[in-house]
Amino acid sequence: MNQFVLLKMVPDTVEELNVASDNQSLDSEFLRFKLSDPDEHALEQALLLKEKQGGTVTVVALDAPEVDDVLFTALAKGADRAVKIPVDQTKLGTAATAKVFAAFFTSGGATLAPLTLVMPGSQANDDLEGELAPFLAEALQLPYLGVVSSVALEDGGKKAVVLKEFAGGLRGEFEVPLPAVLGIQSAEKPPRYVPVAKVRAVMKSAKIETVSVAAPEKAAALDLEKMYKPEAAGRAQMLEGSPEEIAGKLADLLAERGII
Amino acid sequence: MSAILVLVEHLKGAMPEVTFEMLGAARKLGDALQAQVHAVAVGKGVSAFASQLGVADNVIVVEDASLEPPSAELVLAVLKQQMEQKQASRVLLGGTNVSFGLGARLSARTGVPFINFCKGARVEGGAVVLTSAVFGGKILSDVRLADSQGIVSVYPGSFPPDAGKSPRTPPVEKMAAPAVDCKVTFRRLIEPEAGDIDITKQDVLVSCGRGIQNADNIPLAEELATVLGGAVSASRPVVDQGWLPLTRQVGKSGMNVSPKLYLALGISGAPEHWEGMKGAQLVVAVNTDPKAPIFDFAHYGATVDCLDILEPLKEAIAKKKAAK
Repeated sequence: MNQFVLLKMVPDTVEELNVASDNQSLDSEFLRFKLSDPDEHALEQALLLKEKQGGTVTVVALDAPEVDDVLFTALAKGADRAVKIPVDQTKLGTAATAKVFAAFFTSGGATLAPLTLVMPGSQANDDLEGELAPFLAEALQLPYLGVVSSVALEDGGKKAVVLKEFAGGLRGEFEVPLPAVLGIQSAEKPPRYVPVAKVRAVMKSAKIETVSVAAPEKAAALDLEKMYKPEAAGRAQMLEGSPEEIAGKLADLLAERGII
Repeated sequence: MSAILVLVEHLKGAMPEVTFEMLGAARKLGDALQAQVHAVAVGKGVSAFASQLGVADNVIVVEDASLEPPSAELVLAVLKQQMEQKQASRVLLGGTNVSFGLGARLSARTGVPFINFCKGARVEGGAVVLTSAVFGGKILSDVRLADSQGIVSVYPGSFPPDAGKSPRTPPVEKMAAPAVDCKVTFRRLIEPEAGDIDITKQDVLVSCGRGIQNADNIPLAEELATVLGGAVSASRPVVDQGWLPLTRQVGKSGMNVSPKLYLALGISGAPEHWEGMKGAQLVVAVNTDPKAPIFDFAHYGATVDCLDILEPLKEAIAKKKAAK
């Protein structure tokens, strides 16, 4: 079985985000990128399936800051191949990114053999234009399901039985024939940890392959007028002091409100 | 002028508020642009909803007992057909897990651009401008729709639902379900395992986010919850790590809670989380990041490490209760 996990680097929202002076993009000064959380889950889900069913796991990413580290880490975790497409992903909206991945699959960079699963993360924090997985599924004319939280294979690997999340902890069980695109929201187990030493060892012994794909004509699908920081509609009243002092103030507050 | 379609959100026989939010927003845009608003309802038993959709000019119903739930392929086929028939180049979809992915797919099939995470809409200079929240809600973007065309995913909690409610009974147009080639098959719905606690019924929730650091600290949060007469809940990352079960998850894929007190510990406050707890009466947030979005909608906040406050808060509350 072939599994392709598609990785996207996104702005790390733990950091403070500022808008650049062009009012159209993020200020790059303190901007850090990290692997989109659902993509990390997609990799974990793929590795879990590989442990059960065998086959290969290929991770694919476009070019972005820190992406090499992420690709080597994936190899250290157990992926078999890491491919980097030398197109700058940070300049592209999600629709254009999907076009690049679609070209990767149709122009010989990969084979969409029958027993193939393509698994991006279900969504990313920069998906203003929409999610990668459904765009890709349309381009490749493959069945698709998103918000997936577990994947099992049946029928000799020809069919995936997946759980999709709804609200309130409700889940739906669906059957999806392979080859297919699944947008992974969370893996059946938390993403595995791999020691930095192992990643360093992999950096010495393994190689990231390069597959060239033409950059898409249109980087953005939408006419972005401006990007800006929200004005806080209602700012919290901040409690100052030591943890003990704050605890005291909170207890008073809760007593006043009749909560305790 | 080009019409507006609103896809009626429903699951398990009920329509969530976002359906009415969309109708209200569509009506406002429709009036400004002199465009008709058509509600589109697909699924089993949906004609029962029609009488509540009076804010729309009419309701298009595709109903069949077998459509529970309707497949994405079918909904896409109906929307595409209605876009053509009604000359509707604007479509509103609920930003929910039910409608997840539809917008991108419809955009790919029709060439009409899709705009995600929409929290606001206005008409400026004759064109529709949409405001969306990106990067976990930390940044807003304004997108101008070319020719006012767009497929929009509306973020629940963004528009007033009352604007989408009306006693008027709209005309209903019944449509046969188009034949579609559906590869993805629905098998069944799985209810969450009845947990020990129903967090939607609690007056007080002590909610743990990433800032709780690891599973070992959860019992400390539980002690605090006990003293407060409530229970522990969690944001997504904590449940994904397996530190608390799915039944404790608050947010888009989890529960919708409206307790008297929501104490958010180490939770950043991304839109998906806020969606699940915006009904809370009093929100107190503790997070070391002063820029965490949660402080934009919490009533009270503190930027100490939540792990440092668990014990002192438990003691202070116990003391206060004893003094009463």
